[in-house]
Amino acid sequence: MIELNTPLGDEVLNLKAGDRVFLSGTIYTARDEAHKKIIEEGFPFEPKGAVIYHCGPVVSDGKIIAAGPTTSARMNSLTKPMLDAGVRGLIGKGGMSDEVVSELEGRAVYFAFTGGCAALAASCMELKACHFDELGMAEAVWEIVLKRLPVIVAIDAHGKNLFKR
Amino acid sequence: MPAPFFEKITEAVEAAIKKSEVVLPKDVEAALHHAYKKERSEAARGEYENIFENLKIAKEKNVPICQDTGLIVVYLTVPSHITISGELYDAVAAGVAKATKSVPLRPNAVDPISRENSGNNCGAGLPAIHIIPGDKLSVTVFPKGAGSENMSQIKMMLPSEADKIPDFVLSVVREAGSRPCPPIIVGVGIGGTFDTAASLAKEALLEPIDSMTEFEQSLCDKINELNIGAMGLGGDTTALAVKVKKGFCHTASLPVAVNIQCWCCRRFTEVIR
Repeated sequence: MIELNTPLGDEVLNLKAGDRVFLSGTIYTARDEAHKKIIEEGFPFEPKGAVIYHCGPVVSDGKIIAAGPTTSARMNSLTKPMLDAGVRGLIGKGGMSDEVVSELEGRAVYFAFTGGCAALAASCMELKACHFDELGMAEAVWEIVLKRLPVIVAIDAHGKNLFKR
Repeated sequence: MPAPFFEKITEAVEAAIKKSEVVLPKDVEAALHHAYKKERSEAARGEYENIFENLKIAKEKNVPICQDTGLIVVYLTVPSHITISGELYDAVAAGVAKATKSVPLRPNAVDPISRENSGNNCGAGLPAIHIIPGDKLSVTVFPKGAGSENMSQIKMMLPSEADKIPDFVLSVVREAGSRPCPPIIVGVGIGGTFDTAASLAKEALLEPIDSMTEFEQSLCDKINELNIGAMGLGGDTTALAVKVKKGFCHTASLPVAVNIQCWCCRRFTEVIR
């Protein structure tokens, strides 16, 4: 297993599809609505080296209760502006389109985390802040500190995609 | 009917939701273990290991298995001496609203166009409540996540196309690919009207998955040749099971609905005394 800490830099270029990674450090959740708002109004966080998690968690009393990944393909057409702004990693489930695979090339990777594994994910998380809270629990941007989330590099920065066989 | 009766319904709905969200039914967990044992893909095996670890943590910490706690679909079995009234529906909705706070559930119910969230998983048409006549008063809850629900399809086939039903089911699963969190369970509704075909497909998902008919098994085997595998990373098992439910239809129709269910097939029945 490879250990990685956010923010990410050029080390992502060394990752290969199929590599297993323990990911630690700050990440930001964003789904459909948050992507749209970021595109319209700008980032509520520093995008350079950032990792975006396709996730709408269950949050209660300031704690993350459950936080598995959502279907990344819904964000296919919304992802290019994230990568253009310097985002280096995406976490989600189910993979992304051929367009996103080529947009990732030379700069960023897509990590897959097991869909439905929300209790396991939450056990690796500490909640730091909430941005765009007006979007509601599922669609807001939650700033989370990860401690060794077990992910797999599913699309690397060189066009290799585990979802395409 | 007296108020305590409706309170009982509300309590039963809330309790059933809590149990369904935290612990997977035994037949589903057994099917996952069976699939893991025979899985040859290393990437897929890793996904099953995460799933089992996740189930363990959810049970220990008494938290939802998946953050998509779903929209709550409710099946009420009602004996003949109980009057079906608006209050009955309200009592079920109150249970869903209470569970949203106490489990807690993610508030998932929104207006389809404005996307305004009701905050309590209720709203126009929600929770979905199906009333079935029966001997005992019981409530079955079936939280349905959107990842798999979004991949479901219905087709009004021609009466002469019955032999093409497997092709349609297969095309739905192929199109869904990695997105509905495989290994999936496939509910197929054959017959009825446009709307009841979809209801039959969903009811098929309430059936235990530890046995299949010859037709269901042959469909399941064909799906597992697609090599979609756990989470779409390739592998021997794409579907844990296929369940089919039939209903009579118009002589000019053959509606077929395919309701996809993720591996996290949550259901729980609470009998009300």
